Amino acid sequence: MSETTQLKPAADERVKKMSSFRRALIRPELGGICGTIAVFTFFVLFAFDSGMFNSQGVLNWSTVSAQFMIIAVGACLLMIAGEFDLSVGSMIGFAGMMIAIFSVTLGWPIWVAIIVSFVLCVAIGALNGFIVVRTGLPSFIVTLATLFILRGFTIYFPQTLENKTIIGGIRDHAEGDWLASVFGGKVLTGFFTWLGNNGLISTFERGTRQGDPVVDGIPMLIVWAIILVIFGHILLTKTKFGNWIFASGGDAQAARYVGVPVNRVKILMFMFTAFCATIFATCQVMEFGSAGADRGLLKEFEAIIAVVIGGALLTGGYGSVLGAALGALIFGVVQQGLFFAGVESSLFRVFLGVILLLAVILNTYIRRMITGER
Amino acid sequence: MTSQTTPAPIIQMQSIEKHFGSVIALAGVSVDVYPGECHCLLGDNGAGKSTFIKTMSGVHKPTKGEILFEGEEMHFDDPRDAITAGIATVYQDLAMIPLMSVARNFFMGNEPTKKIAGMTFFDRKVADEVTMREMKQMGINLRGPDQAVGTLSGGERQTVAIARAVHFGAKVLILDEPTSALGVRQTANVLATIDKVRKQGIAVVFITHNVRHAMAVGDRFTVLNRGKTLGTAKRGEIGPEELQDLMAGGQELVALEGSLGGTV
Ligand SMILES: Nc1ncnc2c1ncn2[C@@H]1O[C@H](COP(=O)(O)OP(=O)(O)OP(=O)(O)O)[C@@H](O)[C@H]1O
Ligand SMILES: [Mg+2]
Repeated sequence: MSETTQLKPAADERVKKMSSFRRALIRPELGGICGTIAVFTFFVLFAFDSGMFNSQGVLNWSTVSAQFMIIAVGACLLMIAGEFDLSVGSMIGFAGMMIAIFSVTLGWPIWVAIIVSFVLCVAIGALNGFIVVRTGLPSFIVTLATLFILRGFTIYFPQTLENKTIIGGIRDHAEGDWLASVFGGKVLTGFFTWLGNNGLISTFERGTRQGDPVVDGIPMLIVWAIILVIFGHILLTKTKFGNWIFASGGDAQAARYVGVPVNRVKILMFMFTAFCATIFATCQVMEFGSAGADRGLLKEFEAIIAVVIGGALLTGGYGSVLGAALGALIFGVVQQGLFFAGVESSLFRVFLGVILLLAVILNTYIRRMITGER
Repeated sequence: MTSQTTPAPIIQMQSIEKHFGSVIALAGVSVDVYPGECHCLLGDNGAGKSTFIKTMSGVHKPTKGEILFEGEEMHFDDPRDAITAGIATVYQDLAMIPLMSVARNFFMGNEPTKKIAGMTFFDRKVADEVTMREMKQMGINLRGPDQAVGTLSGGERQTVAIARAVHFGAKVLILDEPTSALGVRQTANVLATIDKVRKQGIAVVFITHNVRHAMAVGDRFTVLNRGKTLGTAKRGEIGPEELQDLMAGGQELVALEGSLGGTV
């Protein structure tokens, strides 16, 4: 390195060269990109014939990855703004249960149930944020309380109202509902039929659906994931508000001094996280046709891990939505890939722990490079 | 004022008091600041300098007293109000975010925007260009607008903060101990920057413990001691020794100086 630089006559050029190299290295997505490449290489080499890369296989891990992405986008923006939300998992269970209770138990139309649930959950997110900025308590503690409170209600309501912890029958209610199809429907069905007719993807060989493609469209869940990732990425990197998110998490006091409305930014990010959790819940309820009191368990940690793999710093002020999306993709591919490869699924947790540790170490190193501390 | 121009003071702080619970940080301080002057605020640790300028910049509300800005009474509810009025502050702790790029820091809270298809976006190109230009003017060659502030030296960071304030049309620029952590060269750079800014007709309030730094650029000097002031002196009316004595509360330092053999 030093030899090549000495050969260069102009000192300024040398500085430029170093910086672009460093800049490439210190992109927050670096870990996510490397991880994604590594994971795909691994499964292409060792599980290519397992069905993981035919149309159903791809749909399978894409769907799982999309689930992770939806909650990772919210967690990512919130973490960059300097806060955590540990209540995401409980919020998923709670939102789903509210939709079920409003529609099945109370008999409201599905679209009303969905909208009211969204309003309720986003309001709870706002309350989380409000308590955090008002009391100055760590969001870790405040949302840990919310985690228990929401989970408690998610079990209590169905038990007192219906004497059970799973409420089913939502699919019948959702039949033909315009808003239900926004979360539970599929898009590009015509395109997939065309693909099937032309022999590009596999079709059913017998039975009532003979000739139909096995994968007959892209679930709305994946569409939501893509929309949220694009929205989050643009918001963070291309808008004024994005700069405020970085500033609020980087140093709240400094941001306040120059007039950034830090409290508003943080509360909005708590609301957005709750919004993402509710999207997750709604898609899940529409897919399963039921809501269960144990839905969403541990999801908050999975979201946070995806975000950290994506290069965000736990201390806030630094990170990337695209990185978080890649983190979620790694998650989904590995979880489903191990299943396809016939590996004992408990090893997935071992993998998670290891990759989390590696990601955090890499991030710490990157942080040192950026801030110049040694 | 007997000096040649004698414009009206841009900011008048009248008998400002600030109490934090039972702590009386300021016990009635009055200071006038004029456009184009460098007004030095001196005082020992805990004298109340930072608290005083924070009431000026809208961070604290004074418990008692009045703030007149361009002759009119002002009530700043938060720093944004003060910034809008034209009072910019570079704090002791700088208000810079090390992990963010120079350009993002420069425009933090004042982002330039552009419209694409009816939606408002952060105009990165303008931000980058302006940042590079302003930094060059202040004599700092950045590697690029996306260089992180964390990689700048202390003096460079101060300069970024000052350039930022001036760029956004500050009429009053408050600097809280900009030289306290700097070496000789960097201090000289910052003092030179202060001089440039003052020549543009901006009022500079310069807080320091260091009498020599104050004497180098100051037009008028106000010494704070335990939340009080003994008034303001003009350049040439007061020497460094006197200032030093006032900062430490007179007598005590004389005694101390004796025991240290005149090294303070
Ligand atoms: N937010 C606060 N709450 C309680 N007391 C405070 C607060 N801010 C300042 N004080 C007290 O007010 C007094 C003046 O503090 P201030 O920060 O203004 O001193 P300073 O002159 O800036 O000192 P230094 O030179 O060390 O920066 C100190 O006794 C300090 O403890
Ligand atoms: Mg101070």
